[in-house]
Amino acid sequence: MTYVNAVVQGVLLGGLYALLASGLSLMFGVMRLVNLAHGALAVLAAYGAYEVVRVAGWHPLLALAVVVPAMAALGYALQRLVLNRALEIGPLSPLLATFGLAIVVESLLLERFSADTRALDIGALGTASVRLSERVSVGLLPLLTFAVGVTAVAGLQWYLFRTRGGRTMRATSEDHEAAQLMGVDDRHVYAVATATALALVAVAGVFLGMRTTFAPTAGAATLLFAFEAVVIGGLGSLWGTLAGGMVLGVAQLVGAAVSPGYGILTGHVVFLLVLAFRPRGLMPRAVTA
Amino acid sequence: MNVPAPVRADLHGARSGTPVRVRRGTAASYVGGVALAAVVVALGFGPYLVSRGAQVQLVLLFTYVLMGTMWNLLAGYGGMVSVGQQAFIGIGGYGLVYLADIVGVSPFVAVPLAALVCGGLAWLASFLVFRLVGGYFAIGTWVVAEVVRLLTIQVDTVGAGSGISLRAWSVYTPVYRIAYVYWLSLVAMVVAVLAVYLLMRSRVGLGLTAVRDEPTAASSLGVQVTRAKRIVFVVAAIGCGLAGGVIASNTLRVQPDSIFSVSYSAIMIFIVVIGGIGTIEGPILGAVVFYVLEQQLADLGAWYLIILGAVAILFTVTLPRGLWGLVTRGRLRLFPVGYELRR
Amino acid sequence: MTLLRVEQVDVHYGDFQALFGVSLSVAEGETLAVIGANGAGKSTLLKTVAGLLHPTRGEVIFDGRAVGRLPAYRRVSLGIAMAPEGRRLFPGLTVEENLQMGTVRARGGPWDLPAVYTLFPHLADLRRRTAATLSGGEQQAVAIGRALMANPRLLLLDEVSLGLAPMIVRDLYAALPQVTARGTTALVVEQDVQRALRVADRVQCLLEGHTVLEELAGSVSREQVAAAYFGI
Repeated sequence: MTYVNAVVQGVLLGGLYALLASGLSLMFGVMRLVNLAHGALAVLAAYGAYEVVRVAGWHPLLALAVVVPAMAALGYALQRLVLNRALEIGPLSPLLATFGLAIVVESLLLERFSADTRALDIGALGTASVRLSERVSVGLLPLLTFAVGVTAVAGLQWYLFRTRGGRTMRATSEDHEAAQLMGVDDRHVYAVATATALALVAVAGVFLGMRTTFAPTAGAATLLFAFEAVVIGGLGSLWGTLAGGMVLGVAQLVGAAVSPGYGILTGHVVFLLVLAFRPRGLMPRAVTA
Repeated sequence: MNVPAPVRADLHGARSGTPVRVRRGTAASYVGGVALAAVVVALGFGPYLVSRGAQVQLVLLFTYVLMGTMWNLLAGYGGMVSVGQQAFIGIGGYGLVYLADIVGVSPFVAVPLAALVCGGLAWLASFLVFRLVGGYFAIGTWVVAEVVRLLTIQVDTVGAGSGISLRAWSVYTPVYRIAYVYWLSLVAMVVAVLAVYLLMRSRVGLGLTAVRDEPTAASSLGVQVTRAKRIVFVVAAIGCGLAGGVIASNTLRVQPDSIFSVSYSAIMIFIVVIGGIGTIEGPILGAVVFYVLEQQLADLGAWYLIILGAVAILFTVTLPRGLWGLVTRGRLRLFPVGYELRR
Repeated sequence: MTLLRVEQVDVHYGDFQALFGVSLSVAEGETLAVIGANGAGKSTLLKTVAGLLHPTRGEVIFDGRAVGRLPAYRRVSLGIAMAPEGRRLFPGLTVEENLQMGTVRARGGPWDLPAVYTLFPHLADLRRRTAATLSGGEQQAVAIGRALMANPRLLLLDEVSLGLAPMIVRDLYAALPQVTARGTTALVVEQDVQRALRVADRVQCLLEGHTVLEELAGSVSREQVAAAYFGI
């Protein structure tokens, strides 16, 4: 039955959205910085995987080994060279700088790859499926994506609350001057946060590329979906972002089941409804400091 | 150990009893104001002096000034970064098409009317988007713009996904049509800049500056923060609606993917960042610079945007006050909105 | 030997000058109290020693090394740790996590979690409480403990008594001898003059960014202190 299938697929899609949103959430949580280039960077990662596949002939999943470290390094450099300065200048500057970055990334991709859509050749992964019940079977790729998404959220939570590095990051996010007094180089901590965020975005981007066709202009929609997942779920809660992602995924796919053109619009409408009637999201946590 | 002599503040200066005056204009601003008025009058003679092609180009420049001024009002004065103003540009354009072509109103009336509709819709939308702040507010406005675009694509009366042509101006011959659109855009630009100037000189403007600098303190002093922001949001929407009507009149066509495009936000951001955020002169300068750059770099294709984006990033972190701030170091004001104490 | 020497520093906040050629010296193992009215520049001086501010003129010399230009986070491993004004605990972290933050750049030494819990026994019961839920006195104990966890040679205490009841302040300062007994040097900024005189070896008074008194705590009279404090 199409609607049941849409709900199941939507829940799995939520894993991808959570994966996508986790980087956005992390940067906001640590630095109060909303990275408007977030979507464009995910698309960059997809194209990065595309190039690795083209040049080295690897399977896209293997391309992660190249793309993720590269994007993490990019994130570190970006924060240290540009965004740390922007943070010092004022609240608008990081938004303007990251918006400029989004345009630069998108335009570079357009220049290099043209506006044609591409896809990552995933071979057997694209058709393999797992049967859940008599009437419902799910693709292996969406299932894998969901698992990666949940793992990412769990991993991030573990890092932040159960490790020294995560504790330092949380402390720096609450009071970066007091952290300096503890011997913490806050500029370095911010850069590590951005590197981590971009590593997560890289994974998300590659899985996005495996799931659907992509073009340089896909960055905008990607950013909006990540953002909606965060807001629906509730600021400050990574598990909330997973929940938000699932709600968004279900909304989009159920809407698309009603009529193909309505999918994304339904997602937006659900987001606006949550914003109107439950503005703090589904699982809000008080945002400290 | 030397104990420093206590310092006594002397409010009255050497000549005791001399009162302190508050002054709002400077010599530069009076001269500048006269000069700008002269420029506007000269521009008014445009259709008699320049070719039709040049008029169309100037209309483009006027819309850049208009859009930049509105975006600066939102961000530079209101502290709100919006990446969704294209929603109102599109509604302004589509509103013109609907009111003029389908309802039959004269385009001269339809353009401001559509802009007012934008204002009303912005007022409604504000109750939703104001639940978000900062960067999330920015993305939220983008979502609103996307929703408007997607809804417009569903409406067959205005051409759905492929858009529709604007026929209301075809009652006039091209010579007159282009001249009328030219004057319309000139008036829209002047009205917009004056409106922002007067708004910022008013009590609302003073409150906004306080909010921008220190919202909590401003609120505790009785500045109605949300009300002021809502006014700014509505005015900016009206201005963008005017721009949309002018753009539609200039191109004679509206299409969802182009008139609701986020590249309008990119243009507005670029204009304000390059020109100078937080001043009225900045966006004007930025619009001129952007227009010139666009002409020069048009042949470069995608590299044009790459350069623009890179320049915007560079300016944001190295020249946060933009070109106007660089040139005047924050001292020169042709549109003075502040107060100065003089003895 | 002199552990810390501040030489003729000027410190500015933008255009505003807070310190005018202030000098100070602390010998290893001694406790110096800096007192003065609000706005005298005491916390500014301490922040300059800690590295949150940099002098526009003059120098800060720690253990023979000029550190004036060194950022704050690089001074901790040299042996400077501060319990800042207003406590400034990390509100979302627990007491124990706050204390553990002190070990990020810790040097070797006697101060670890058990030692801090011995010094402030009531903190052991609070170890899993979120810092934001603590009372002022409890927060101040954590702030001091957090600084100690870095095993500093020089402990900076900024306005410990601020906003706290006298009995709480008394109990907090009662712990100080146990710290200095192990050889730790202490630079204490205080508004509570009586407390400062009782706890310090020497006292220095600031007024509007200038030093106006520098004496042994034991040999200065109340009248002298009052005169310096109020600038009469």
